[in-house]
Amino acid sequence: MATLETRSPSIDAGARIGLREAIARQGTAFWIVAALLLVMPLIATPFWLVQIIAYAIILGMIALSLMFLAGYGGIVSLVQMTVAAFAGYLVAILGDSAITQISLKWPWWATVPVAVVLASLFGVLSGALSVRTEGIYTIMITLAIASAFYYLSLQNYTIFNGFSGFNGILPPVFLGVDWGGDVAFYYLTLGSAALAYAAVIYVSRAPFGLALQGTRDNPRRMAALGFNVTAHRIAAYGFAAVIAAFAGVLLVWYQRQISPGTAGVGPVVDILIIAVVGGLSRPIGPFIGALVYVLLRTFSLDLLELVGLDGKRFQLLIGLGFLVIVLVSPDGLIGIAERVKGRYRRGREARTAEMGGPGGQP
Amino acid sequence: MSRGARPASAGSANALELRGVSRLFGALAALSDITLSVQPGERRAVLGSNGAGKTTLFNCITGDFAPSSGIIRFFGEDVTAFPPYERIRRGLRRTYQISSLFAGLPVLDNVYLACRGVSRNRYSLLRPRRDDALVHAAEGLIDAVHLTAVKDQLVGELAYGQQRQLEIALALSGAPRFILFDEPAAGLSPTERRDLVHILTGLPAHIGYIIIEHDMDVALRVVESVTMMHNGRIFKEGRPDEIEADPEVQDLYLGGGHG
Repeated sequence: MATLETRSPSIDAGARIGLREAIARQGTAFWIVAALLLVMPLIATPFWLVQIIAYAIILGMIALSLMFLAGYGGIVSLVQMTVAAFAGYLVAILGDSAITQISLKWPWWATVPVAVVLASLFGVLSGALSVRTEGIYTIMITLAIASAFYYLSLQNYTIFNGFSGFNGILPPVFLGVDWGGDVAFYYLTLGSAALAYAAVIYVSRAPFGLALQGTRDNPRRMAALGFNVTAHRIAAYGFAAVIAAFAGVLLVWYQRQISPGTAGVGPVVDILIIAVVGGLSRPIGPFIGALVYVLLRTFSLDLLELVGLDGKRFQLLIGLGFLVIVLVSPDGLIGIAERVKGRYRRGREARTAEMGGPGGQP
Repeated sequence: MSRGARPASAGSANALELRGVSRLFGALAALSDITLSVQPGERRAVLGSNGAGKTTLFNCITGDFAPSSGIIRFFGEDVTAFPPYERIRRGLRRTYQISSLFAGLPVLDNVYLACRGVSRNRYSLLRPRRDDALVHAAEGLIDAVHLTAVKDQLVGELAYGQQRQLEIALALSGAPRFILFDEPAAGLSPTERRDLVHILTGLPAHIGYIIIEHDMDVALRVVESVTMMHNGRIFKEGRPDEIEADPEVQDLYLGGGHG
């Protein structure tokens, strides 16, 4: 993780661009994708809109919180899915669900902020527990916290309702819109993810994010510059947890139910897979990884049956895909895209250089 | 400085005071019973052969290693149990023997981080504005070490001498009161050495420093006192000319070949 290099302009350049210039600097690919996402409800079926794209965006947000920690801080935390699930549970417990003997029926505008704050605190606490470790030990401790939460939610019936969890959790209706509707829910997730994405990019060049990259590259030097490396890393857990918590709220509205399986060891590791497959060097990576993951999960069953294999083996296809991508490119799909782009650019430069000589005299 | 409450006894206290500082690595005593005091604004060289314990001394002063025993005071305040960042925030700075920079970040970001580290709002989520005072401070420091032409380049792409100069710029960030220079001239060209002497002698008079340096032409020209170390102990202290003339020192360290 230490060799990861996040590419971005210097703080000086960052300081000098306003919103307008930041928008103007985006390439054509950004605008095509943005436009496509905005008009998606016109072209996609409700199934694609919600089950594929909105779900991928939600998982992408959770993986984005991991990308922030791992890409900028060198911290591989497996607790991000648990933070999201905890926020989801809180929405069910504080708000309304079919489990009326537990749910407190708070209105959504009280439920959501409290859920996000408490889940973020949980993220900070997990960070405080694991922050003094590095590499594989961070992974082990955060995995232990995630497992502990899983078993707690499985065995506790008074708050978490044990094995069956909560169902009948509905997205709220406000501003005259039923946010559970396909199109409205799609735009809700898209807007939230766009905000989280922009926040990560912005903060990565702010003093906090810059110092976080410093602690990744050279923690001892950061201490010798006056930074409290431990406290800085815990704060990074907090920032990441806010994103994961918001994603968790969306997740529970998407699933309309939540149970221990939401944050089992499988999903916890899936978030790591999504982030690594997409690429940890840029905030767009996790979203790409999430889309690939959701597509594989959804269609590998059909694909396997098509070639005469047992459809239940779809995890095999995901695992193989993961293996191939990681083997081919340590920086995930982003890394592959970068290399293709680089080769294309070099090829074009070579061609212009060839034509440049005689081109002077037509 | 960033915080108000500081022991204000700087007038009477030593800038740096070590009492009986020892550091063991297993059975090996890298430092034994070092007692040393440096006045505010005093500039001192620490000399000694490789393995004499000079860098370990720096690591104990900055808090990178805790001393096995002994007390360290910084401007009268007992900082023995303080983590490095607390000492840095009180005005202590250091440079590293082997450049210890952020290779993946541009020059300006490196210096900006150093300025941020000793200011408030280390956790700021807001990007600096165009007229941010710390960006200006960073640009001033870059100018002082003649790196303005490369301020937007990644540090990993800089020449070795430029990286050494950047090390010094980081140590000058904020309001330093005392600086530890660990072999700042190592690997520099003669011209760069001249620049270095210029920078060191040109520091404001209230900033004291300790310099570890093998190049006598640099070391003895920029200090008013010298401490000789050998096998983790101090075995001689004096003015540069006294040390240079001392037969025992010549024998042990200068190897007779000097001068």
